[in-house]
Amino acid sequence: MDTVEKIVEDFASDIAMSSFSSGTRLRDMIRAIRACKTAAEERAVVRRECAAIRTAISENEPALRHRNMAKLMFIHMLGYPTHFAHMECLKLIAAAGYPEKRVGYLGLMLLLDERQEVLMLVTNSLKQDLNHPNQFIVGLALCALGNICSAEMARDLSPEVERLMRSREVNTKKKAALCSIRIVRKVPDLAENFMALAASLLKEKHHGVLISAIQLCTELCKASKDALEYLRKNCIEGLVRILRDVSNSSYAPEYDVSGIADPFLHIRVLKLMRILGQGDADCSEYMNDILAQVATKTDSNKNAGNAILYECVQTIMGIEATSGLRVLAINILGRFLSNRDNNIRYVALNMLMRAIAVDALAVQRHRTTILECVKDADASIRKRALELVFLLVNDTNVKPLTKELIDYLSIADPDFKGDLTSKICSIVEKFSQEKLWYLDQMFKVLSLAGNHVKDDVCHALIVVLSNASELQGYSVRSLYKALQAYGKQGSLVRVAVWCIGEYGEMLVNNVGMLDGEEKITVTESDAVDAVEIALNRHSADATTGAMCLVALLKLSSRFPSTSERVKQIVARNKENAVLELQQRSIEFSSIIQRHQSIRSSLLERMPVLDEASYLVKRATATQATISANKHAPTVAPGGLKLPNGVAKPTSAPLADLLDLSSDDAPASTTTSTTTPNDFLQDLLGIGGVSTSTAGVPSTASTDILMDLLSIGSSPLQNGTPGQESKPVHAVPEAIDLLGSLSSTTSVSAETKPTRLVSQGMDLLDGLSSSTSVSGLEKTVHPSITAFQSTTLKITFDLKRQPGNPRETTIHATFTNLTSSTYTDFIFQAAVPKFIQLKLDPASGNTVPANGNGSVTQGLSVTNNQQGQVYEDLHPLVPPFYLASIVYLFYWLEFNLLPYDVVYNC
Amino acid sequence: MIRFILLQNRQGKTRLAKYYVPLEDSEKHKVEYEVHRLVVNRDPKFTNFVEFRTHKVIYRRYAGLFFSICVDITDNELAYLECIHLFVEILDHFFSNVCELDLVFNFHKVYLILDEFILAGELQETSKKAIIERMGELEKLD
Repeated sequence: MDTVEKIVEDFASDIAMSSFSSGTRLRDMIRAIRACKTAAEERAVVRRECAAIRTAISENEPALRHRNMAKLMFIHMLGYPTHFAHMECLKLIAAAGYPEKRVGYLGLMLLLDERQEVLMLVTNSLKQDLNHPNQFIVGLALCALGNICSAEMARDLSPEVERLMRSREVNTKKKAALCSIRIVRKVPDLAENFMALAASLLKEKHHGVLISAIQLCTELCKASKDALEYLRKNCIEGLVRILRDVSNSSYAPEYDVSGIADPFLHIRVLKLMRILGQGDADCSEYMNDILAQVATKTDSNKNAGNAILYECVQTIMGIEATSGLRVLAINILGRFLSNRDNNIRYVALNMLMRAIAVDALAVQRHRTTILECVKDADASIRKRALELVFLLVNDTNVKPLTKELIDYLSIADPDFKGDLTSKICSIVEKFSQEKLWYLDQMFKVLSLAGNHVKDDVCHALIVVLSNASELQGYSVRSLYKALQAYGKQGSLVRVAVWCIGEYGEMLVNNVGMLDGEEKITVTESDAVDAVEIALNRHSADATTGAMCLVALLKLSSRFPSTSERVKQIVARNKENAVLELQQRSIEFSSIIQRHQSIRSSLLERMPVLDEASYLVKRATATQATISANKHAPTVAPGGLKLPNGVAKPTSAPLADLLDLSSDDAPASTTTSTTTPNDFLQDLLGIGGVSTSTAGVPSTASTDILMDLLSIGSSPLQNGTPGQESKPVHAVPEAIDLLGSLSSTTSVSAETKPTRLVSQGMDLLDGLSSSTSVSGLEKTVHPSITAFQSTTLKITFDLKRQPGNPRETTIHATFTNLTSSTYTDFIFQAAVPKFIQLKLDPASGNTVPANGNGSVTQGLSVTNNQQGQVYEDLHPLVPPFYLASIVYLFYWLEFNLLPYDVVYNC
Repeated sequence: MIRFILLQNRQGKTRLAKYYVPLEDSEKHKVEYEVHRLVVNRDPKFTNFVEFRTHKVIYRRYAGLFFSICVDITDNELAYLECIHLFVEILDHFFSNVCELDLVFNFHKVYLILDEFILAGELQETSKKAIIERMGELEKLD
């Protein structure tokens, strides 16, 4: 009751205050707010003011309108909601006088943005103001249009803006030019209307107009190829003249920045030159002299001069410059890199990253300096330098570079360790020529930063270990030693525990000693101790705990003397709060107690993990992530490189032969279903072995079929990732081959090859589409298994509409895997707001049992948010949720669909 | 292209926020909070650039005020640093020895100056004199 009374009281006081408050001036309100000592007081003042303004709005009091709007803008800046003021903005804009309009437009730009529907109502006022005789009012309208116009407004008002670009008034002209930038960004089709006008503005003298026109030209080049060609022909001379004039001009106080005339104009011209000169030798040739002049004559003592030099170097690197000019540019970078100012060093590192493509050798010369930058105190510099070092690594310098980085790892900032670790891991994986070196580096990284090593890196390490039989003894001993010293590093513990479980006897018996390896004495119970300590220390982490339990179980079989102890340790975990651990403990106890006879065969060493198929699987998973991320660079072919001298994928391993799911889900692994979470599962050999057909035709099921048909090394197999493959060419060959094959083989085999080919094509399609960069038009995606359980399977065939990249059509096929028929089958799907979903009628509502026939249904998905300017500032929204109602309600994870299909290009 | 410009004091109070890309109000507050946290504790000897999500923020501190500009990752950092300085010079000239309180009480004028300096996320005028003269004309109309 108390609170209700309080609210009523508050409200009454609000009303009492409001008559007083509406009279306060803006200045008084700001004072009152500043005088507040607590946040609650401030809220109370703001509430009173808002109430007063609301009353004034409802009373429709034009005299106070513009003062109220100013107050609301201040309130908005403090973070309070002001949506009730939107209509007031429009009223102010529609008023006749300049002061009202000024506040109205200001409010419009601050309180509203292009997505509000209210904005539609303002188009007409804007149109009138753009045609207003008073240049100041025209200026206001242009400014508002340039800052918040939407695509529709851009289309409606672009003729006015074009006209204003021809105005005689300088201020109007430059504003109109910048306004056109916004228009072209919103509607690139309009670019051609502006190109002639933009080029003509380059003849002006006024710097404001020039800089606006140059920026407009830059935008036009981005928006349209025709505009780029037009401007190449028509404005390169003008640009060179502008740059020459401004860089040769004598002291001009109006534009002087520390002794340089208008550095901003310099920089904008240089930027546009870069765009025009890119890939055009004639243009580049034409600007050669002036670039050389700017690069040599600009004073590099002040920030303004360095800004120009920086832009100039970028332009020289970007265009088809002569080698002399490039040397000049690289030298400037060298000077930058040795500068004591951190800002300059930062831009130098930034530039060197791009210079690598032009002159890698010159960049290599600065390696030591760059390496020093990795250790800088400033995170921005460190980050740049690390990226650069990553690009600098090659086969010859990998060892010293890795050593430097690993040495630094022990003293690196905790925030930086994550980045550094992942870079070291990828360098080591990519460039290792010998397994021993790779293992040694990985052990060091695990010891120093085990908590930052990603699961997939550990997984890769274990795959390598399991294949390196001659190094297993050495590894398990090294890991045991590391575990003693660095028992807190999560990933180290996992890898070490796994190895101790698998290769425990090598640890105790010193099997496979390498030259120069120090001998250690470890007893059987020491090994169990190590795992037990790890289990106790990391019991909170279910994965580590589970791995420890498995290791203990394996040790109990390797060392029968410890069996009783292991039994006790396992038994202790029977009451573990984590369900997974509890279940394992109970199962393992019963193995130890009741199944002595099968225990040793059950706990044999794991079969050797297939290196090739693991790498393919991992590469596919990374590709899926990369294509999900628009800003990520192109995936290098090196991503599929097989390190450690694995030249060719080994033939399909035992695990794949046992794999049941790979045949019915041929392309499922081309999606990103292989999350690092299945680490444990894979290691334990449960389920996760459906790696076989991961986007490369040379593995398991294909192989087996091929072998059955005894066509040995078929062209399809040439598509192995290690070689430079041209998958598209492989397909017709495969068809030919199989075509000729079918005439010689028996009839019963004939059905298989056809299926095989279509699969191969799908897979190859998948390969080519997932490696291509986002800029390319992709229309066909592989068919994917969107969902599969023991009862139901859903596959999607995806197709991009050729004319409309935002729209994807999905052909869904539902198969019933149970023995009873589904009746009244309905498929339902839910998508986020920005995606439009259209469901076509299904082919039926009865799904026959046992996979005998299926129901199909078409869906089309339109992504309305694709390619919008602001999407990268948005938190990523899971793009696609699907729910199907059969007997059960299944939620499907969004990552089962290739991410880029619905969200990106 | 400039994504947004922020003026914040050391306590993180926003004195000016201009967005050239549309964002929800809640997102704006988050951005302001994050940018403040990024820049406030940096050593003065460090670079004036910090990476922010997929863009970068160029910031500069004048007394207790941080001027931050968020730009595309490929833009010229040094040029925007110069740009901040020019803006501060204009403010200083206009308010003759500008201080934080001038910006608080005359926030609408600061927006007006900014609109004469930057439009659609691009530079509009590089002459301090031209902007001050233009502001004088606009003041007369009010």
